[in-house]
Amino acid sequence: MTQSFPVTINVNEKEYKREVEPRILLSDFLRHELGLTGTHVGCEHGVCGACTILFDGESMRSCLIFAVQADGHNITTVEGLATASPLYGGTEGGGGLHPIQQAFWEAHGLQCGYCTPGILMTLVPFLKQNPKPTEDEIRHALSGNLCRCTGYQHIVDAVKLAAEKMR
Amino acid sequence: MKPAPFEYHVPDSLEQALELKSQKADDTKILAGGQSLVPAMNFRIVQPSVLVDLNRLPELSFIREEGQTIRIGAMTRERHLEFDASIAKHIPLLTEATPFIAHPQIRNRGTIGGSIVNADPAAELPVLMLALNARLKAKNISGERWIDAKDFFAGMFTTALEPDEILVEIELPFMPSHTGWSFMEVAPRAGDYALMGVAALVTLEDGKCKQAKLVYLNAGDGPVDAKEAANVLRGEKLSDALIESAASMASEQEINPYGNVHTSPEFQRHLANVLTKKALKQAMQRAEENLQ
Repeated sequence: MTQSFPVTINVNEKEYKREVEPRILLSDFLRHELGLTGTHVGCEHGVCGACTILFDGESMRSCLIFAVQADGHNITTVEGLATASPLYGGTEGGGGLHPIQQAFWEAHGLQCGYCTPGILMTLVPFLKQNPKPTEDEIRHALSGNLCRCTGYQHIVDAVKLAAEKMR
Repeated sequence: MKPAPFEYHVPDSLEQALELKSQKADDTKILAGGQSLVPAMNFRIVQPSVLVDLNRLPELSFIREEGQTIRIGAMTRERHLEFDASIAKHIPLLTEATPFIAHPQIRNRGTIGGSIVNADPAAELPVLMLALNARLKAKNISGERWIDAKDFFAGMFTTALEPDEILVEIELPFMPSHTGWSFMEVAPRAGDYALMGVAALVTLEDGKCKQAKLVYLNAGDGPVDAKEAANVLRGEKLSDALIESAASMASEQEINPYGNVHTSPEFQRHLANVLTKKALKQAMQRAEENLQ
């Protein structure tokens, strides 16, 4: 017997109604059900941080939450960053890149890009709570997101630039 | 899909959750924050037949002062412990140690009750419960009971909870006056499981150590309370030599680390020795500052 539950989940300010089996992870729901493949899936046990999303505005691992648990909640994925930018201190009207995305572009904060969506979603609440972070605080904030390309230096530079842009 | 199929229940009252826990199979799992359970399910290391999700029970999420204690609902997120003003004022050891629990993304979801019941010997919260003399309230359909933290942790990933019981509340006494604290651990990277860690408390009276507590993580089958090391300090004026012998007692006699892929038991004992000395000195200094 397979159970299925009706869910209404608000993703990037858009309401989605679906039926889900309880064992489907929020990460897989976003990617396979909604086609929002910007949320990446790396380790699937909460270590790598690639699948980080915002759950009611707080950063969480979407691979450690079942989609059924997101019923009635607001999810933001990397796809929502540019368009939702006024909400997070970006350009009025949206459309352009979020200032954190813009900073990653300008400071070469990514190489292969696999870890980038998770890092961006980690940084949105971090820079909101901590608009003038020190380098130590930035490195600590990034400790839950693994990047195997950059050696982190350009990511740290990008976060500094993003913080400046958002002040 | 990664996890094996399970029957899912999301009760909207605690009574309903307790009924499910008593009626369903013994392998029924409570889903709290899911930050340890869901990874284990993704790997299919754990395949519970039934999941009872407590995330729609707001009555289990609170932090409030009551007399000389702080009461915390079992479903309170770890992130809320970290920023709570009354915890910072009355139980600063908890405030200092919470940021060592994994990463913010995990603490935003993970709960105090979930971590305690999971009883991972490498986790911070079980150690803190023991160090802070917590009392834990368990409920089943017919009633409730309070369990002292020292009787709660029964072994690796094992607690004193009966199969029909749910941990609902944690009671922490205020730290006594003239008490200094310290929490230290060594992890390969910030947020990783620590190789070794210690919570230290020192209470001073008339220049002497009235009470001391040293509890270790990743040092045996559960949180390890080094009582003999604390005895070495009790009633004495704390000196470097005395701290040295307490550190030797704890690291050589009382802990029982197993080692893992990242470390040998010998290195863990070495870390315990070094951390004990540093933590005791910091706790002592803070206790002295509290006296002024």
